[in-house]
Amino acid sequence: MTGAPLPEPAASPTATEDGVPSTARPPQPRWRQTLGLLARNPTAAVAATVLLLIVLMAVFDESLAPSGPNEIAVEDRLQPPSLAHPFGTDDLGRDILSRVVLGAGVSLRVGFLAVAFALVVGGLIGLLAGFYGRWVDDVLMRFMDVLFAFPAVLLAIAVLAVRGPGAGNTALAIGIVYIPVFARVTRASVLGVREEVYVRASRSVGASDLRLLSRHVLPNAAPPIIVQTSISLAFAVLAEAALSFLGLGTQPPNPSWGLMLAEGRGFIDLAWWLAFFPGMAIFLTVLCFNLLGDGLRDVLDPRQRTLMAGSGR
Amino acid sequence: MGVSVIVFGLVQLVPGDPIRLALGTRFDQETYDALLARSGLDQPLVTQYFSWAGRALTGDLGVSFRSGETVTSLIAERLPATLTLAFASILVALLIAVPLGTLSALRPRSVVDRVATVLSQIGISVPEFWMAIVLILVFAGTLGWLPSGGYVPLTEDPAGWAQRLLMPAVVTGVVSGSVITRFVRSSVLEALGADHVRTAQAKGLPGRQVFTWHVLRNALLPLVTVTGVQLAYLLSGVVVVEIVFAWPGLGQLALQAVQSRDYPVLQGAILLFAVVFLLINLVVDLLYTAIDPRIRR
Amino acid sequence: MSATLLEVADLRVRLRTPRGPAEVVNGLSYTVGRGETVAVVGESGSGKSVSVLALLGLLPARLATVTGSARLDGEDLLTMSPERLRQVRGPGVGMVFQDPMTSLNPVLTIGRQLVEGIRAHGEVSKAAARERAAGLLAEVGLPDPRRALDRYPHELSGGMRQRVVIAIALANNPSLLIADEATTALDVTVQAQILDLVAGLQSEHGTGVIWITHDLGVVAGIADRVLVMYGGRCVEDGTVDDVLERPAHPYTRGLLGALPDLASSDDGELATVPGVPPAPTDLPPGCVFWPRCPVRSDPRCATEQPPLAVVGASDGALPHRAATWCEEGSPR
Repeated sequence: MTGAPLPEPAASPTATEDGVPSTARPPQPRWRQTLGLLARNPTAAVAATVLLLIVLMAVFDESLAPSGPNEIAVEDRLQPPSLAHPFGTDDLGRDILSRVVLGAGVSLRVGFLAVAFALVVGGLIGLLAGFYGRWVDDVLMRFMDVLFAFPAVLLAIAVLAVRGPGAGNTALAIGIVYIPVFARVTRASVLGVREEVYVRASRSVGASDLRLLSRHVLPNAAPPIIVQTSISLAFAVLAEAALSFLGLGTQPPNPSWGLMLAEGRGFIDLAWWLAFFPGMAIFLTVLCFNLLGDGLRDVLDPRQRTLMAGSGR
Repeated sequence: MGVSVIVFGLVQLVPGDPIRLALGTRFDQETYDALLARSGLDQPLVTQYFSWAGRALTGDLGVSFRSGETVTSLIAERLPATLTLAFASILVALLIAVPLGTLSALRPRSVVDRVATVLSQIGISVPEFWMAIVLILVFAGTLGWLPSGGYVPLTEDPAGWAQRLLMPAVVTGVVSGSVITRFVRSSVLEALGADHVRTAQAKGLPGRQVFTWHVLRNALLPLVTVTGVQLAYLLSGVVVVEIVFAWPGLGQLALQAVQSRDYPVLQGAILLFAVVFLLINLVVDLLYTAIDPRIRR
Repeated sequence: MSATLLEVADLRVRLRTPRGPAEVVNGLSYTVGRGETVAVVGESGSGKSVSVLALLGLLPARLATVTGSARLDGEDLLTMSPERLRQVRGPGVGMVFQDPMTSLNPVLTIGRQLVEGIRAHGEVSKAAARERAAGLLAEVGLPDPRRALDRYPHELSGGMRQRVVIAIALANNPSLLIADEATTALDVTVQAQILDLVAGLQSEHGTGVIWITHDLGVVAGIADRVLVMYGGRCVEDGTVDDVLERPAHPYTRGLLGALPDLASSDDGELATVPGVPPAPTDLPPGCVFWPRCPVRSDPRCATEQPPLAVVGASDGALPHRAATWCEEGSPR
């Protein structure tokens, strides 16, 4: 009775007790195919391109930023957007564009770390639960249910209260929140392929569990997990911004987008650009991850096994 | 039960000695020992848990380290504001989502559908605190139509109450509404394709009646679940919006408790959120049983 | 008795599919007389269901283009106003769909679903409509009809649900009943009961029936006339005796080929013809059946679609026609 209604995987219709067709082999990796299909979906393609630019921006932050992002120039404080400072300057005269560029690194790093953590831990739990079933499944998923019963933001706040603020702990907090989501999606996905003919075939010729998992189950259970990853990245970036905004996430003087928004809030009447541009950056990044997730879902997961976008909010 | 263990365990991990912190500069060993004994913090953890859980069951969540008020009364004071905001938000969300989602589903790939898809995608992606700030800037700042925040009880000043509720409710409502719009769209689309709709048409029912009773009714049944889940998320998701609009709700209380390491309050607030979350799920299940004959027995 | 009830002429349905337009029904013409039963036979994908859904305007307008004419009592179903068509659905034509599990609304009571159909066609009080609904359920053989009114579909078995679907179709005493694979999903005993039921109602009310089925046993049991469809076309039609005893088209002969003993069979499925039917987006240029035809005796088979022409002598009042270049025709 806890949590969002999750689509259960359809019982696999191809599983047969007898007669394993000789053609039963897992489909080959479909990177090329996926990329091709994705390119035909203009929205997703644009989103992917923009994201690539943002990631590049985050990687080359120092060399891209027009001036030192933490460079204080009191005489230039609260300048409106101009040629010298396209996004204006803040109350300490720091260039907002530079800080937004640098903030990309902070926000994305926390986002990627959080999702990576949730993916590894949640994915492992889901894999074990789905593959071994029975009591393993019961114990693990019951625990996930309990974790899922906590409101996301509150859980993250509580984790941060325990661990103290900071980028690493923010990633951990968001990661913990998303563990049950990945556990559920992975489990559902694994259940879907576990009974497929080629898995049974491999098992019948005595393949080890590890080999089965790595060679057959995981690659074929991957698509919904990939989609979920993209969508979760959107929310991780959003959550990082929210926590930093509350003063619990990234700490000054590091220019996280959420933190910049919080700092700009005090000057909203005087200088709208302080809060506007970091907000725009968050919005664009989140939007692109969501659009990419939708595009990937259409291509990889036509049966829509992943959670709806926004289920984490 | 599992929830309470985690709440308790989590808060136990908070670094720093809360009593030392609460006493601050007025520290002296005697008061410290007295407080330690009174709060039971010198007991073993398991004992602490059971005494806390036992008292929590009777509604006693302890005493705030900071203000000395009981946690229960602090929460009771804040609960109405949070509930008001959450319910107002869900109302806004449904008012947006049901018509928009239905229209999109009726004309897939039309202009309306495309616009609705873009809007809901934007609504899902926009950071709510940013939207809140922009709204305050426009409606409280530039236009000066609405107060920028705060709260007055409905009983004292209904007009002021509504004015102050409007912006926060719209912000959270738009976000939830975007999620629900997508859900309504796919749900109505699915219902439109159902076999029984053809049966209803073949009976010669007027189109309106077919739509209301055989499409919409079926499509909106699962909406109960989604609305419940969204309401549960709203209850916790309003934390940020409460801060921006200076809305004196539970989120604000919880955040203050974190900042001041007032951990009985934090414990109480989180436990309450979790319990409310579970309660809403329970209510949704019961409600669903009541309205869907397939589950009823 | 054979005053014409329904006259379908040159019915064509074109569907928009992801793989381009498809001629799903291609120039279908037939008539149904009062009290007469016409069986439409063919594999799935032959266009049987689409052809009857088109009659009642039940295909999605965005995807389907329907041309030709279908006169019910002289009035063209395909060109009438939407409001007039709504009035005809029910009292003019009742329809029973294939799957009793999905063709009832799961969240409304049986009674409600019957009553709304009755009240959509005339001023009837709720109580009177309920009374009539209970009567209908009794007529289709539902035990304890009054209590059944307050039940939900999932509380009934498949056979019982299909009786309810039939009751709904009959609620306004239609002059034409269309049954689309109405008994396919049911077990044999229930199927026999429902066939008896429809036959009884038919002789009582003089209803015309179009019965779409895979099942040749059913055809032999109830049909006056048979229409064999393949690839969206009528490939053979005639009286039930002509078509089943003296099939002229190679496809019909293929279908009948493995049928054991027609007289005693009541669950005989169609015999399998090797191969699969052509995709409607990709019909062969000549005879639609050519790719699977074991005969192919004429050079025109591959290039030219044969017209529907009278074959052999018929002992009935109706001509026995087949669309084939195959000359060896007539009895097996």
